[in-house]
Parts: sequence; C-alpha cells; structure tokens
Amino acid sequence: MTFLFYLLAAVAILTAMMVVLSRNPVGSVIHLVLCFLAIAGHFILLNAQFLAVVHIIVYTGAILVLFLFVIMLLNLNPTNEPRKTPLTRFIALIAGGLLFLVLIASLRGAMEIRAANPFNHEIGLVRDLGKVLFKDFLVPFEISSVLFISAMVGAVLLGKRDPLTKN
Amino acid sequence: METVTTAIRIIPLEHYIILCAALFSIGVAGVLFRRNTIIILMCIELMLNSVNLLLTAFSAYHSDPAGQVFVFFIMVVAAAEVAVGLAILVMMKRNINSVDINLLNRLKW
Repeated sequence: MTFLFYLLAAVAILTAMMVVLSRNPVGSVIHLVLCFLAIAGHFILLNAQFLAVVHIIVYTGAILVLFLFVIMLLNLNPTNEPRKTPLTRFIALIAGGLLFLVLIASLRGAMEIRAANPFNHEIGLVRDLGKVLFKDFLVPFEISSVLFISAMVGAVLLGKRDPLTKN
Repeated sequence: METVTTAIRIIPLEHYIILCAALFSIGVAGVLFRRNTIIILMCIELMLNSVNLLLTAFSAYHSDPAGQVFVFFIMVVAAAEVAVGLAILVMMKRNINSVDINLLNRLKW
C-alpha cells in the first residue's frame, strides 16, 4: 500500500526527468505516457476513480496520441534537434532545483493542516462527483463547452493554409 | 480494495506535496532546458498534471469534491490548449520550417 505509493512516485519522477533529458521527441512522448499512467495510478490510490479513468482517456488516449501524431507529421529527427548551450542548460537545472527548494519551504505551513470534514471515501466516485458537477458547477461546465468550440475554431483556422501568403 | 484506495489516510499529505513540487519543478526546468517547442508543450502538460494530483490529494484529504471538479475543468482547459498549441506548432513548421523556440523572437522587445 505505502509501497505502491512510493513505487508510483519514483516511476513518475524518473519518467518526467526522461521526458526532459531524452534526445528523441518520440522517446519523450513515450516517457510522458508512462508518467501520466503513474499519475493515474495515484488517482486510483486516492479513490478518485472518475478522475483516473478520465485522465487515462483524455491524456494518454487523446492528448499524447495527438502529440505523437504531430511529431510523426512534422518528421522531427534527433540529428537536427535544436539544443541550448551547456551553460544555459546548467542554469536551467539550477533554476529548477531552486524552484523546488522554494516550493518545499513555502509549503511547509500546509503540513500542519487538519482535515476540514470527516473522512468520506465516496467523494471521487462517478455518482457523487456527477451530482456536484451538475448542481454546483453547472454554469462553468456549460461555459467550458464555449471554450471548446472556440479552441476548435482556432485550431482549424491556424491549421489551414492561408491562400494569400502562398508562395 | 478498501485498504488500497484510501491512501490519503496512511500516506502523510506532505509526501504528496513533495512529489508534486518535484514534478512541477521538473516541468519548469524542462521549459528552460529545451528549445524544441513540442517538448516545451509536453513540459507544460507535466506541470498541469502535478497541480491536478495535488488538488486531488487535498480534495481527498478534506473529503471535499469541489477540488476534483476543479481538476476536471483543468483537464478541459488543457485539452483546448494542446489543440491550439499544436496548430500553432504546425503553422510554425510550415512557415519557418523549424520547431526552434528561439526563432520566434519577433515579439521580444
């Protein structure tokens, strides 16, 4: 049980590092898939079953396949991969590590928080989450559909070839 | 099954905070580390997911479903963002035939 948490945490962090360090973009996507599957495992450990299923369907099934599709379409190969200078990369690593330290230091106050409500293991199930979503969050849910329409229109417009600037 | 899915009662909350802070920092370092635009988009996804995990952990800890609904909305926004971002990427590859983020510096002052 605790072992499962630490195993999934180690897998998530190692694959996240491989996403950044991998030379090949396809390798990065594959490692990101593993990382997201580990995060879905964390959702199951937290009994957020609806989120775990949606996470696997939306992220692993749709978004990362879209990434992979675009990489294949653009024909990116690791030989002409743009790389930063070693000094910039070293500074980037230092900056990331410092951000980690600052986040841990600033979140120390959250570690004494006591639970606000008595423990209820049913909040992440589809039935309870659906009731909350369609009762308290109905307006944001409808507005998100407008966001989706505008994103779809924007993606189609951007992806279309402009007839005026054709050479 | 009951013992597996109630991790929040056994794992202390600070371990989730440390895990999510580490994932978020890896995402930020990746954005600074790489010049390939598609990897930068992936690192943004990684940051969004670390925040999702922490929201879910706090939601399970407080037994408040609002946090998990918020994670659902973050996923919606991330899906829209990826669609537009990849469309911009395809346009960039078509126009300047590269995915190098340093070539997109015309908005820089």
